[in-house]
Amino acid sequence: MRHHLILRVITKLLVGTIFLFALYVQFHGDYSPGGGFQAGVIMAAGFIIYGLVFTLKRVKQVFPPWLVHKLIALGVLIYAGTGIYSLLAGYAYLDYAALAPHHPEHGQHYGILIVELGVGITVTAVMVAVYYAFASRAPILSDEDW
Amino acid sequence: MLTVTALAVVRTRSLFAVVTLSGVFSLLSALLFVTMDAVDVAFTEAAVGAGISTVLMLGTLALTARSERSTKRSSTVPLLAVLVTGAALVYGTLDMPSFGQSDAPAQIHVGPDYLERIPHEIGVPNAVTAILASYRGYDTLGETAVVFAAGIGVLILISGLRTRRRKDEDDPETGGSA
Repeated sequence: MRHHLILRVITKLLVGTIFLFALYVQFHGDYSPGGGFQAGVIMAAGFIIYGLVFTLKRVKQVFPPWLVHKLIALGVLIYAGTGIYSLLAGYAYLDYAALAPHHPEHGQHYGILIVELGVGITVTAVMVAVYYAFASRAPILSDEDW
Repeated sequence: MLTVTALAVVRTRSLFAVVTLSGVFSLLSALLFVTMDAVDVAFTEAAVGAGISTVLMLGTLALTARSERSTKRSSTVPLLAVLVTGAALVYGTLDMPSFGQSDAPAQIHVGPDYLERIPHEIGVPNAVTAILASYRGYDTLGETAVVFAAGIGVLILISGLRTRRRKDEDDPETGGSA
């Protein structure tokens, strides 16, 4: 894709905005539409568009596969760990009131944030991992082949 | 417009066009969800359906053929099956309450209860997030686990094969034929 100047410039401009938007959807999910799933997918789309335009090699330097694989598990661990924490604190599994015993409402708020973060991490990592898995197998096509 | 896109997907032989059209289809259905006030669903549909899955389909296309083989078999039986199923579905929708009806089960069952409890129990303005992450925390944990399992599955199926093949190539005795 060396000669696609417009695509490269626009992608460079867009990728940052996409990540910013993903973070907004992630952490503002309890006030506006969105949440972990959506944010994760948008974040992954950012990496994928970067990979599409600047080749797989470059995106693998930015977000190496070993990190992606660890993050897949980390997200689920964060989610399940929140539940374990509330168990240990003497509440029911995934009862977020455990996170702020004196303000159950705040606890719910924190709990939702943490859990959504877990969801977001797993979804991002899975999407990127699936993309890597498909793209690393693909033979390099010249633009005329399409 | 959804119907037109779907028909175009069926009629087109070039798979590249089909993938692009299915992205268009997803985007249109996202718009439909927005019209029905399901913004969270629309969000997901636009990002997953129109974005990621299109890219993955293109990735698959790069690995396989780029145009559909035309079949000689008659299409009467499949057409009949589709018509019967479609008729059954349409018949099923006759019993559904019309869109936005105030005494529909969706409006009078658990919905009002949640909407009443969320402001003082959770204190989060987006009711969808509150229900997903808090009241339905187990379900969402399960969904995350499903995404996790799916990711692991794809990795084992696709990447795992590659590392094994590489090992085969490294080891001359097993023969690097793969």
